[in-house]
Amino acid sequence: MTKKRRRLWVLLLCGLGLGSATALTLTAFQDNLVFFRSPSDIAREAPPPGRAFRLGGLVEAGSVTKQMGTDGKPDVRFKVTDGPSAVTVAYVGVLPDLFREGQGVVTLGKLGPDGIFRASEVLARHDETYMPPEVADALKKTGHWNPQAGAAPPAATWNTLEPGKAPAGRSGS
Amino acid sequence: MIPELGHFALALALALSFAQVGLGLYGAQRAEARLMAATAPVAAGILIAVGAAFLCLVWSFLSNDTTVANVVQNSHSAKPWLYKISGTWASHEGSMILWVLILALCGGAVAGFGSNLPSALQARVLAVLALIAAGFLGFILATSNPFDRVWPPPADGQGLNPILQDPGLAFHPPLLYLGYVGFAVTYAFAIAALIEGRVDAAWGRWVRPWALAAWSFLTLGIALGSWWAYYELGWGGYWFWDPVENASLLPWLAGCALLHSAIVVEKREALKTWTVFLALLAFGMSLLGTFLVRSGVLTSVHAFANDPERGVFILALLGIFIGGGFLLFAWRAAALTPTGVFAPLSREGALVLNNLLLCSIAAVVLVGTLYPMFADLMLKEKISVGPPFFNTATLPLAAPLIGAMGFGPMLPWKRARIFPAVQRLWWAALLALGGFLLCLALEGYRIGPALGFAAALWAIGAALADVADRIALFSRPRAAWSRARGLPRAAWGGALAHAGLGVMILGLAGMGLATDRLALLKPGEATTLAGLEYRLTGIRTVPGPNWTARRATLEVRDGDRLVTVLEPDKRSFTVNRMTTSEAAIHTTWVSDLYAVLGEERDGGAVIRLHHNPLAPWIWLGGAIMALGGGLSLSDRRVRVSAPSAKVARAGARA
Repeated sequence: MTKKRRRLWVLLLCGLGLGSATALTLTAFQDNLVFFRSPSDIAREAPPPGRAFRLGGLVEAGSVTKQMGTDGKPDVRFKVTDGPSAVTVAYVGVLPDLFREGQGVVTLGKLGPDGIFRASEVLARHDETYMPPEVADALKKTGHWNPQAGAAPPAATWNTLEPGKAPAGRSGS
Repeated sequence: MIPELGHFALALALALSFAQVGLGLYGAQRAEARLMAATAPVAAGILIAVGAAFLCLVWSFLSNDTTVANVVQNSHSAKPWLYKISGTWASHEGSMILWVLILALCGGAVAGFGSNLPSALQARVLAVLALIAAGFLGFILATSNPFDRVWPPPADGQGLNPILQDPGLAFHPPLLYLGYVGFAVTYAFAIAALIEGRVDAAWGRWVRPWALAAWSFLTLGIALGSWWAYYELGWGGYWFWDPVENASLLPWLAGCALLHSAIVVEKREALKTWTVFLALLAFGMSLLGTFLVRSGVLTSVHAFANDPERGVFILALLGIFIGGGFLLFAWRAAALTPTGVFAPLSREGALVLNNLLLCSIAAVVLVGTLYPMFADLMLKEKISVGPPFFNTATLPLAAPLIGAMGFGPMLPWKRARIFPAVQRLWWAALLALGGFLLCLALEGYRIGPALGFAAALWAIGAALADVADRIALFSRPRAAWSRARGLPRAAWGGALAHAGLGVMILGLAGMGLATDRLALLKPGEATTLAGLEYRLTGIRTVPGPNWTARRATLEVRDGDRLVTVLEPDKRSFTVNRMTTSEAAIHTTWVSDLYAVLGEERDGGAVIRLHHNPLAPWIWLGGAIMALGGGLSLSDRRVRVSAPSAKVARAGARA
C-alpha cells in the first residue's frame, strides 16, 4: 500500500466519522432541543402541542394542592407565575426537598390541551436562596424585578403587582 | 499564623514555578547540564511548598479556625472529622489547591522516577508542568485565596452543603483530579516533543503509562461520582448528561483515544502526529472541564461559584495552554515524520477506527454541552439539551465502537485478514445474539436493552476469546497455564478493561429495564413492585450527629420470605436549614431495591420505589476497567524503568 493511498484511506475515514457525527448531532438537535418558556411566553404564543419544553417561574404562594390521582398515585398541582401570567402544573411524583411556595422552580414537561402543564420533572435547586437564571431573566423581562434594587420580592405579591413597574427590593435602598 | 504560612507557601510555590519554567526551557535549549539537573530538585521544592499550603488548609478546617473565610463558609464545628477534612476540597478555593497539589505530585513523580529520561526531555516536561502550575497558582492567589481572613470571626461556620457530606465526596474529587491532572503530564510530554521535533518509541513508552494512569483514575472518579449521584441524589438515575458530568466524560473519551494511539507509537512508531494531537486534546478537555465547573457559566449541581472574574481568568489560562499548544502543534507537527506503514485492515487500522469513533463521540458530547451556552449568548434563546439528545447522538457511534473493540485485539500488526479473526470470535457473536434473543423473549419488544445485552456479551466474550487465543487454551490446552503465566500483564490488563466495559454495559442494559412505583402508604399498608411486596411498618424520628431525620421502615417480602428491611430517611440539617433525602438501597447483585421517602401527608407517606436490575454492575464494570488499566500499568514493559531493563537485557546478551 502506497503512502498516498493510505492517506486517502485515513482522510476518507475521518470524513466518514466527522460526517456521521455532524449528521447525528443535527438530527438529534432537531427533535431534542428543549426550549425554555415563561408563563408570559405561553400566554403570548401557545407552544406546539406534544413538544416538551421547560417552564420556569416562581411557585405561586397558596397554589399548591395535593390530592390522590385516580390511579392511586399522589398528584401535586401548583401554579408557576412570572407576574402577569401563571400556568397550572400537574406533577405525579416526589417533589424535591427544596420545593417551596414562593421559590424559583423549573419544570420539564408538555402542555396539555386543557392548558395544564404536565410535568415529568420538577427541579428545585440545592440552595434556598438560589434563583434559576432562566426564572430570574423572565422576572426581569416582565418588569417585576430590578436586580439592582435587591432580592426578588416575595412571590405571593406577584400577581397583584402592576407589570412594568419594578418594585423596590426588600432592602429598600 | 498557620493560614499565613499557607498563603506564603503558595506564593513561594508560584515563585519556584516561574523559576522552573525559565530553568527548564532555557537549560534544555542551551543544553546546560547543570541547569537541567536543577529542575528535579526545584520540582521537589514546588511539591513541598504546595503540600505545606494544603496541610495548612487542612489544619484550618480541622481546628475549625473561624477567622478563615473559607472555613466559615464551608465548615462547622459539629461536622464529623472526615467531612472536616474533605470539606477542605469541597469548596471552590480548596479544590483548586487540591488540583495544584496533584499537579505538583505529578511533577515530583516525573522528577523522581524520570532519572532515566533524556535530561533535555525531562527538563522541558518539568518546565511545562511548572508553567501550568504557575497559571493555576496565580489563579488561586489572584481570585480565590483559600486563606482569606474574616474579622471579627463569627461564632461558628455556616456548615457544608449536606449533599456534600458523604464519603463519596471525600474520594470523588481527588480521583477525578488525579485523572485531569495526569493528562497535564501527557500534555507536557507532547509540548516537549513538539519543541524537540522528535517523537519515537521511547517517547511512547513514557507517555502511555501516564495516559493509562490518568485514564484509570478518571474512570474510577467518574464511576464513583455516578454511584454517588445514584445513592445520594435519590432520583434513581446514574447519569444525567449534566454539563459537569460531560465535562469529565470529554477528557475520558480523549484520554481513552490517546491511550490506544500511544500503543501504536510505542509498538510501530506510526500515528505520531495524531498521538501528540490527542495528548493536547485530552488536557484541553480537562481544562475545559475545569473552566465549565469553576467559572459558573453552567448551572448545575456542581456550580458553587458564580464569579465572572474567575471565569475570565480560567478562560485566559485555557486560551494560553490550548491555543499555545495547538499553535505549536501547527508549527512543528510537520517535523514529526511517521515511519510505520500499515494496511487499513490491521491492528493499527482498528486503533485508528477506535480513535475516530471516540473522537466523534467526544465531538457530539462537546457540541451538546456547549450549544446551550452559545445559544444563550448569540441567539438569546434559553435552550437545554437533555439526555434524549445525547442518547440518540452517541449510541449510534458507540455501537460500531463496541463491535470493533472485539475485533481489534485479534488483528495482527501491519496487515490482517478478517477471516481468522471471525474464526476466533464466532462464539462471542453467537453469545451476543443469544443474549439479544433471550432479552426479547423475556422482556417483550424492548430493542434498546436487548441491544445493550448483546453489546455487553459481545465485549465480554471477545475479551475472553482474546485471552483464550493468546494462551492457546483450545489449540494446546496443556501449555495454556504456562503460557498464561508468561503472557504480559499489559495483555491481561487490556482484556480485563475491555471486559470491564462489557460488564458496565451489562449494568446499563439492565437499568434500561428498571421499573418504579410511586405510592402513598399509611403504616401497615403495602404495595408491590417487580414481584416483591413492600410494607410500610412505621415512620419515626431519628437524631444524627448534625441532623435529625424522619425515617420510614419498609419490609420487603418475596412471598413469605423477608428479603430485607429498607429504611429511607429525610434529614433536616439544623445548621443550614436544609433537608436531604437518603435513599435506602438493598442490592442482591442481580438487582437493586431502592426506596425514597417523599413528603408525609394524611398520616402516611409518599414512597417512591425503584427496581433497578443489574445496577451495581455499572460501577463494578467501571472499577474493573480501572483495574485493567492498573494491571496494564504494572507490566514490566511499561514500568518507568523500562529503558534500563532493555539495556540490561542487551547487556546480558552481549
